[in-house]
Amino acid sequence: MGDAEIIPIGTRGRPGRGTGTRPSAAARNLAPKGRSGGAKSEPPRADAETETPTAAAPDEAAVPAPETEPVVPLASEQPATSARLELSEREGPGIPLGDLLNAFQAAAREVFGEQWEHQLAHFLAFLRRRLTGDYVVDEFGFDAEITERFFLAAVRPIAEKWFRVEVRGAENIPAEGGALIVSNHSGTIPVDALMTMAMVHDHTGRHLRALGADLVFKLPFVSKVARKGGATLACNEDAERMLAGGELVGVWPEGFKGIGKPYSQRYKLQRFGRGGFVSAALRTQVPIVPLSVVGAEEIYPLVGNVPALARLLGVPYIPITPLFPWLGPLGMVPLPSKWLLEFGEPIRTDEYDDHAAEDPMLVFNVTDQVRETIQQTLYSLLMQRQSVFK
Amino acid sequence: MSGRTVLVTGVSRDLGRTCARSLAADPSVARVIGVDVMPPRGDIGDVQFVRADIRNPVIAKVIAREDVDTVVHMSVIATPGSAGARGTMKELNVIGTMQLLAACQKAESLQQLVVKSTTTVYGASSADPAMFTEDMQPRGRARTGYAKDAAEVEAYVRGFARRRPDVTVTTLRCANVIGPGVVSPVTSYFRLPVIPTVLGFDPRLQFLHESDLNRVLRHAVTAGVHGTFNIAGDDVLMLSQALRRLQRPSVPLPGFAFGGLGSALKSTRLADLSPELVTFLTYGRGVDTTRMRAELGFEPRYTTAEAFGEFASTLPPTGGRTERLLGAVADRLPEVSDDRPPALTALTGTGGSDG
Repeated sequence: MGDAEIIPIGTRGRPGRGTGTRPSAAARNLAPKGRSGGAKSEPPRADAETETPTAAAPDEAAVPAPETEPVVPLASEQPATSARLELSEREGPGIPLGDLLNAFQAAAREVFGEQWEHQLAHFLAFLRRRLTGDYVVDEFGFDAEITERFFLAAVRPIAEKWFRVEVRGAENIPAEGGALIVSNHSGTIPVDALMTMAMVHDHTGRHLRALGADLVFKLPFVSKVARKGGATLACNEDAERMLAGGELVGVWPEGFKGIGKPYSQRYKLQRFGRGGFVSAALRTQVPIVPLSVVGAEEIYPLVGNVPALARLLGVPYIPITPLFPWLGPLGMVPLPSKWLLEFGEPIRTDEYDDHAAEDPMLVFNVTDQVRETIQQTLYSLLMQRQSVFK
Repeated sequence: MSGRTVLVTGVSRDLGRTCARSLAADPSVARVIGVDVMPPRGDIGDVQFVRADIRNPVIAKVIAREDVDTVVHMSVIATPGSAGARGTMKELNVIGTMQLLAACQKAESLQQLVVKSTTTVYGASSADPAMFTEDMQPRGRARTGYAKDAAEVEAYVRGFARRRPDVTVTTLRCANVIGPGVVSPVTSYFRLPVIPTVLGFDPRLQFLHESDLNRVLRHAVTAGVHGTFNIAGDDVLMLSQALRRLQRPSVPLPGFAFGGLGSALKSTRLADLSPELVTFLTYGRGVDTTRMRAELGFEPRYTTAEAFGEFASTLPPTGGRTERLLGAVADRLPEVSDDRPPALTALTGTGGSDG
């Protein structure tokens, strides 16, 4: 092939005088009498057949062996030819199809185990359900399927491997019926809420329905994920509706005051809102389970704040941690502190009469009781803790 | 109460017309008079049509002459549409209601007033509770458009109820009505070939099937229960879920661009993304229908998902390639049983035959 050299002049290699329309007779004679010349003398049916090999010619150039192959079978039977042609075409340059299939099966076995066909079918069924919208959400927008299969599955390894969360007193969470889990809040970003949700689900099989601040539902993406994950706005109407519906509801009454407090004030409980959570529990007569979380304070030690920028962006604070703006995205990796979650003994509210929620003094007293319980437990957990990271 | 005379406003539009017809078919109703500025577009059956404008006092004469004892007010419109500009729409909604209620107050024979309102009166915002009950107020006062009109209409109706305590006043706050034949801002939004959504938000939606709207109006006329009621199909659908069921592709746009797109679409007359629809498609809304069951005694035939399913089945899918591909792969794999817990498998298919 090397010696058949075509020198492009004028018409880009096409024989002719440069008009570009039709080569002259002389030029046609000069042109190499290869396949096309031979095909001309044959009937047009065979001419159409030669199209395939010519199209495949560039591929064949890389593999020197089958050079004569496409020309020879022309004389033989038609259907067999085309079948063989396709085969040779496919097997020519790339990886054979059979190998690909084997590789895929091996990979599937690797990912899904020996029962891979079954597993894959299950996974596909799940995927198709998601794609056709064939799933249910409850009235708050909670999508149990995606929460279990995706959100919790993503959070669990972080809880177990990164923070090594240790749960105590999980038996204090009621196995059924409405209950209100009240927790301290810390860590600059509400990671503690996510970990609590994952741990509650792992230990009781129940979903913790979080009550979130206004800001959560104002922000794009965050609001979407929050609703799908079972959260709703922290207002009396929603809290009572969920508790009356027999859900396990989680509330962090310190709110932004707790989560955005400076590192120097760690483990000092802030004011517990206005006690709205207590009146909701009193009205629906569900137990209040105090929860103390140790470890979350140290994940992003908040040492500074940019109030002007925070006001501009409409957020409560812009955190500055020893790592955060300085290391860029790397600074967003939380420090691997050791976490302890202790669920306290439930505080019963069903002994109070119907109008208890209308009595502000009683509401304040119960609020204080819950707050004190959490604070004392925090102190005792801190005493037991060997160090921040162990 | 036999031989009642019912006056229905807003019969030129399809929902008003079909409602008037279904009322005429009711045995306890002797006569149905349909009133509108324009003649109805379709067959009105036994309904007697009177061409009158509720914006001027002629309506009082109609009520007096025909000895009307029940008024069904359906003339609160969501879009200017054929009526013209926003000014006309407000005129029709607010001034029309005022005139109608003034006429009703003078009519001695009147015993019952049924007003079709909308859940848009609750607005939509990030500070909303998950489910609105009838006693809750919107978190932000509506300043423009349909929401403001509906709120004003309801205020006038409350005033009327105070001045005429002998009249049974039923206000029905209906969720977005949906059905194969319904033309409304929400249905034209879903009829777009490629559906824009607000980036990062996934609102909860509730729908009411058009046949359930007819049934509830008829039920309200015959039951005669005083009060305000939320009317909606059971359960909620997320917008993303609805679009997947429609098998139509969607384009997420940031909030500010979504509003701009609204005016562009409006000029092409493809859809009308009014400000209240934009907030609805951002934050969504849910209403509690406990009172509808307990006090009004009405049970919708279609859930939200079923009503939407019937609407979706009339639209050709314009997307769904991935799903078909997965389906082809799944066909080659062994059959698997549904591994979801039973709580998650409810709510599929299209049930509820319409009587």
